[in-house]
Amino acid sequence: MSAPAASIPAGSLRAFLALVGAGYRRFSTYRQAALGSAFTNAVFGFLRCSVLLTVAAAGAGGTLVGYNPAQLATYVWVSQGLIGVINFWTQLDLVERIKSGNIAADLLRPMDIMWMQLATELGRSLFGLVLRFTLPITVGAIFFDLYLPGKPHVYLLFVVAMVLSVLVGFLCRYILCLLCFWFLDIRGFWTAWVLCSGLLGGLQFPLPVWPDWLVTTLWVATPFPLLLQGPLDVLVERESGAVIGLQVVWLVILFGVSRLMQGRALRKLVVQGG
Amino acid sequence: MANPYVKLLGAQIRSQLQYRASFFLDLSMATLLSAVDIGALFLLFRVTPALGGFGWREVILMTAISGAGFCMADLAVGEIERLKHYIRTGLLDTVLLRPMSALGQLLVLDFATRRAGRVVQGTLFYLVALTVAPVKWDAARVVYAIVAPINAAVFFSAVFVTLAAIAFWWIESGDIANAFTYGGRDFTAYPSTMFHGWFRGLFAFGLGFAFVAYLPALALLGLSEPIGLPDWARWCSPLVTLVVVLIARATWLAGLRRYGSTGS
Repeated sequence: MSAPAASIPAGSLRAFLALVGAGYRRFSTYRQAALGSAFTNAVFGFLRCSVLLTVAAAGAGGTLVGYNPAQLATYVWVSQGLIGVINFWTQLDLVERIKSGNIAADLLRPMDIMWMQLATELGRSLFGLVLRFTLPITVGAIFFDLYLPGKPHVYLLFVVAMVLSVLVGFLCRYILCLLCFWFLDIRGFWTAWVLCSGLLGGLQFPLPVWPDWLVTTLWVATPFPLLLQGPLDVLVERESGAVIGLQVVWLVILFGVSRLMQGRALRKLVVQGG
Repeated sequence: MANPYVKLLGAQIRSQLQYRASFFLDLSMATLLSAVDIGALFLLFRVTPALGGFGWREVILMTAISGAGFCMADLAVGEIERLKHYIRTGLLDTVLLRPMSALGQLLVLDFATRRAGRVVQGTLFYLVALTVAPVKWDAARVVYAIVAPINAAVFFSAVFVTLAAIAFWWIESGDIANAFTYGGRDFTAYPSTMFHGWFRGLFAFGLGFAFVAYLPALALLGLSEPIGLPDWARWCSPLVTLVVVLIARATWLAGLRRYGSTGS
């Protein structure tokens, strides 16, 4: 099979948006599950925030690697909110479809499988904004002093960085799921991804806690810091345009890699049982 | 005839070894994942001399008890969180039809072999921590040093089972269980003095997490509890664990009695 064209024909934009809407509705039926997950995010917010604030209070000048307590609180609580929007750890439907062979039906549809998967995930992220993003941050705002940027354009930059982070996160997961065409069982890769995206993305601690050489390497050579650390640094006004520029560069790289892999995968694909 | 649980377990392990590359990557990553807790601790001590009033040689003992206990519990019963899936799909019916314990079957059916590496690593780390930490060795403490990680493992196992059993009443509970299983591990990896107010009260004493690693470690170190607990309370962890186990048992049995299948 030949690799389909990467672009969306003008007429299918409406189809794409319809799929995003369908994704939103699909995940919004699991409202209770979202509430449960938001609760868990809030508990982790308390755990992480308490640890970091205690460390900061004992450190020099009441700060931790340059973050003051309010910045730390915002960092932790917004990162807990972002988990449900970026959905780092959720495998795409693609994996099950490759394993079951249903992918054959997807390839017959008029839209490229990448756009179909992206639409579903964007729907999921939109629903994530409703409960999973707002609830933990509200809890954080009630119990801790959060850092709020004074300038309105910072919020705008944060929104842009968040959207780009959703896209970068999607492409990383998409590439991992494409590996399923070769390996069928990708659990090992997935565990590696969960480890890297959290730890090297800045979920447990802001990255500057790590040794300088490692932080620099991560920023220069990997997309991980762009998932959480980048957008959060934009929000607490430690970084701005550079993060967004880097996100765009990585989007282009990851997009290229995924198209290349998809092309190869589809050329070698023999659907099971067919 | 060999014990059916052993046979099921063997079959499960063999099936997981089929995708060999993926399995070993998974095994090594899962092992690395639990090493992260230890690494994280040293990262924090790079920027601060004390955590919650304790130096690194004391905190490391708490982290090690909690880590070793959690790994063992996670290997033995961690996959019970898939109960939700069994209830939703009706697979639990099949399990209940067999003349074997439901809990026993679920545990061997979902045995996560990849987590075995962590137990080895967690145990080794605990042994290292025991030699590094300034433990005031005497006969009672030798016994308590052996009991502490096992006690932590039983405690976490009971927490896993209790929270999984919630699915009997509430299938769409998302990952609420993680707040107390993985959340409990995170809480117990640090001295309880790092947390404050009602949140500490709830997690440390309301849910009993202070008794998992913090208080046994203080007993081994011969230190008094700075929040104000009497010294004998440090030795009460097994009693608290017993209560938690009884709660888990009651919840599980009540859930099983309530289970009415998916109906189709």
